[in-house]
Amino acid sequence: MNYEMPDTTTTADPSQDTPAEMTDDAAGYYSPGEPIVDAKAPTGPIADRWQDRKFEARLVNPSNRRKLNIIIVGTGLAGASAAATLGEAGYNVKSFCYQDSPRRAHSIAAQGGINAAKNYKEDGDSVHRLFYDTVKGGDYRSRESNVYRLAEVSTNIIDQCVAQGVPFAREYGGLLDNRSFGGVQVSRTFYARGQTGQQLLIGAYQALERQVAAGTVETFTRHEMLELIVVDDKARGIIARDMVTGAIETHLADVVVLASGGYGNVFYLSTNAMGCNVTAAWRAHRKGAYFANPCYTQIHPTCIPVSGSHQSKLTLMSESLRNDGRIWVPKNAADCEKDPRDIPEEDRDYYLERIYPSFGNLVPRDIASRAAKYVCDEGRGVGPKVDGVARGVYLDFAAAIERLGKDGIEEKYDNLLDMYERITGENPYEVPMRIYPAVHYVMGGVWVDYDLMSTIPGLFVTGEANFSDHGANRLGASALMQGLADGYFVLPHTIRDYLADGPFEKVDESHPAVVEARTSVEERINHFLNVNGTRSVDSYHRELGNIMWEYCGMERTEDGLKKAIDLIRTLKDDFWRNVKVLGTNESLNQSLEKAGRVADFIELGELMCIDALNRRESCGGHFRGESQTEDGEALRHDDLFAYVAAWEFAGDGEPPVLHKEELTYTAIEMKQRSYK
Amino acid sequence: MSSNSNMSLTLKIWRQPDAVSAGAMHTYQVTDVSPDMSFLEMLDVLNEDLNAKGEDPIAFDSDCREGICGMCGLMINGDAHGPEVTTTCQLHMRSFTDGETITIEPWRATAFPVIKDLVVDRSSFDRIIQQGGYISVNTGSAPEAHSVPVPRDDAMRAFSVATCIGCGACVAACPNGSASLFMGAKITHLGELPQGQPERDSRVVNMVAQHDHEGFGGCTNIGECTAACPKEIPLDVISQLNKDLRTALKHGF
Ligand SMILES: Cc1cc2nc3c(=O)[nH]c(=O)nc-3n(C[C@H](O)[C@H](O)[C@H](O)COP(=O)(O)OP(=O)(O)OC[C@H]3O[C@@H](n4cnc5c(N)ncnc54)[C@H](O)[C@@H]3O)c2cc1C
Ligand code: SF4
Ligand code: FES
Repeated sequence: MNYEMPDTTTTADPSQDTPAEMTDDAAGYYSPGEPIVDAKAPTGPIADRWQDRKFEARLVNPSNRRKLNIIIVGTGLAGASAAATLGEAGYNVKSFCYQDSPRRAHSIAAQGGINAAKNYKEDGDSVHRLFYDTVKGGDYRSRESNVYRLAEVSTNIIDQCVAQGVPFAREYGGLLDNRSFGGVQVSRTFYARGQTGQQLLIGAYQALERQVAAGTVETFTRHEMLELIVVDDKARGIIARDMVTGAIETHLADVVVLASGGYGNVFYLSTNAMGCNVTAAWRAHRKGAYFANPCYTQIHPTCIPVSGSHQSKLTLMSESLRNDGRIWVPKNAADCEKDPRDIPEEDRDYYLERIYPSFGNLVPRDIASRAAKYVCDEGRGVGPKVDGVARGVYLDFAAAIERLGKDGIEEKYDNLLDMYERITGENPYEVPMRIYPAVHYVMGGVWVDYDLMSTIPGLFVTGEANFSDHGANRLGASALMQGLADGYFVLPHTIRDYLADGPFEKVDESHPAVVEARTSVEERINHFLNVNGTRSVDSYHRELGNIMWEYCGMERTEDGLKKAIDLIRTLKDDFWRNVKVLGTNESLNQSLEKAGRVADFIELGELMCIDALNRRESCGGHFRGESQTEDGEALRHDDLFAYVAAWEFAGDGEPPVLHKEELTYTAIEMKQRSYK
Repeated sequence: MSSNSNMSLTLKIWRQPDAVSAGAMHTYQVTDVSPDMSFLEMLDVLNEDLNAKGEDPIAFDSDCREGICGMCGLMINGDAHGPEVTTTCQLHMRSFTDGETITIEPWRATAFPVIKDLVVDRSSFDRIIQQGGYISVNTGSAPEAHSVPVPRDDAMRAFSVATCIGCGACVAACPNGSASLFMGAKITHLGELPQGQPERDSRVVNMVAQHDHEGFGGCTNIGECTAACPKEIPLDVISQLNKDLRTALKHGF
């Protein structure tokens, strides 16, 4: 895509615009806590910070390393890369995943590519430009030191992956090909057809399996972490359930790493895999780890719409389709059920081209998504009706086929159009495609400092599970970069500083903190199996998803969020009293697995709504109804909300405590931005 | 365009409480199946039904549900992943007809023991990879990516076989229960690249030894594997595997 993405938000001018009547919408839903003043990033010039930190981080004597035990939950890009690297360094690593093989983590599904500031195209890219684009893309809500480091190590990732045999796309001369992605002006995205995530993950997986053979890493597949063990204020292990036998296992260690992925499935329907969950992160949150910016969700405009109430997941279609497809709906709701090919040109509303004449179908993700929602809300959506509303808009290739020929379109989009046909049974060369936005990624996650350590000493969090690098919105092709940066190049350095004080005093399985963690897991499982209620776990999950999508999705309002919080509280109460989970603990029991995940999603959902309520501004991927310009565009409030909202768990039924980390930018100017 | 009329189907499904108990086929009726449902969504609906009636839901594996993670896999009417060239999760009910009886079984292979109902243990695949399905390069020791150009065609071939999702359909489809297609795909992926050369001989010898040790059968060139493979991994990766093995043995491995 060779166009410049317009800015998505306007910044409120504090001198004139701070509304005097501005109230704290979330008052009463939380209690204010101490600000976070030190995220432990070195000061100094930004380009030196990571080098300084690496130098300061203490070393661990190689002979000591095998006495140090590391637990890593997750085998996606963030987890597998860390497990392999720490295994190579000689530590004792235990690696956990809920799938039957580490290779199946959801990183496998990433399609588009991975960014790196290699500047192979000599098009003006640099570490600084990647840093700048990422901070700006995140709408100035990320921590600059972390983002700079991400850009800095991005180049090493490509070297490492190529050496592992990752078959990136190449040019005729045998060198690596790059493309421009997600509206940036430089070509810095490395890719392997539409399967970049798969190829990167297989590379990391193979490196991991190599360490299994070497005896440094032990894998625990079909194991689900259900609790964190905290002893003397330090993370010292996990309780995991063997999903085949039901055995509740205690695993102790010197340090615990969560690389457990994102929580998009709180919306029930998303582009995430069926098993993606928040449990590992949420259990840690309940044990003292702050949870940051939970309401930051990315919604992708081009997914295949829901076809019925049976729908179990949504499938992403690459954004590149918007380069040649034209988006429209009928002008009149009465035409919505007609065959689109019978609707004459003058009765079609190419609404993006109409409202945004300069960018048309290529407006940024959030604008395209919201516009689709509005036209469907008006009753002009197309495709099957679900709960009485058709939620879909046309993405029409007819004009492009006329211009470029069917072959031209085939060459560019063949894979995607085939996938579409397989899922919908409709041929997109003949009938316009239907698309609708879907939840795709979460920027929020466990709060971590510069070292990727949470507020619980000895608990590190990497990849999509942490919050730090993408601010309020993520640029395309940056999540893969972050996962591998964290796992290969950041964590292995920062964790050694912590481990230099180890091995820590041995913890016994009979320690009260271990017993407490274990008992709480057993009690929860027993509870689910003994409620004998009337509703399935999935029915609760679906209902939660509907609430979240309706009130905490693309557009949020104060009233809507307050309503959502009430609905979620009622749902939670009903869930614990009325859920129906059959079978026993002592065998593979998929309903039981889901019950635990949904229980945690319900609690997370409430916190997301409280966070969204507090953040009375539109920024990044989300839109607050109360914060818009006269033209209805997003209005950001740097004067009030240039902070990370880090939430502390205060106990069941207690309002969470909000700790603010002010965001200051020294290496980049927080730009006044305007769209139009 | 898809037809809109909903279907009624008879399902014969393998039920087995755990790895050690005996299993048997059970019959279920499903009605109101939309042609737009995926095969697994159809089973989700059946499971909701069973749950409501107080019967244990049917266990089956899936995760991404978009054909890339390799977690799903069912024998459907005797075909691995069913009648189309795709994964079970990407199979849709429009491939079936109203009133049809569908038989659903787990992967059957000595090296893939059943865990419960339709779920099998494929950890033998991981153990094959452990025996050399990688390039030994520690983090941080890699040379600059452009220091070794790779001819575009080699890179493309490596990529096209690296798309294997490790689902195991090739094994399930093979009358001998061989994993040669899976193994050949990895051997070919790494063997096409300059980075894969130093370990080429030891890789093939060790992976094949592990394959045989796990109880996978030998390849007799029947070709059912490639017909079942959702990623259309071609049969010639097995020739490559055999060729590499002969070369390695000649080199004294
Ligand atoms: C369809 C799709 C396309 C995408 N395309 C791109 C793209 O083109 N470019 C890009 O940069 N990003 C893309 N993204 C985003 C990116 O893929 C993810 O953000 C990233 O891969 C997450 O990696 P991760 O290692 O943090 O987590 P994951 O890969 O999700 O791994 C999570 C791991 O944690 C384990 N786990 C979770 N909970 C538990 C538990 N309780 N107990 C034990 N184990 C647990 C899982 O088993 C798994 O191994 C895409 C995302 C999706 C959904
Ligand atoms: S070769 Fe094909 S059938 Fe076999 S595991 Fe790989 S993708 Fe599955
Ligand atoms: S569930 Fe991932 S390939 Fe089918």
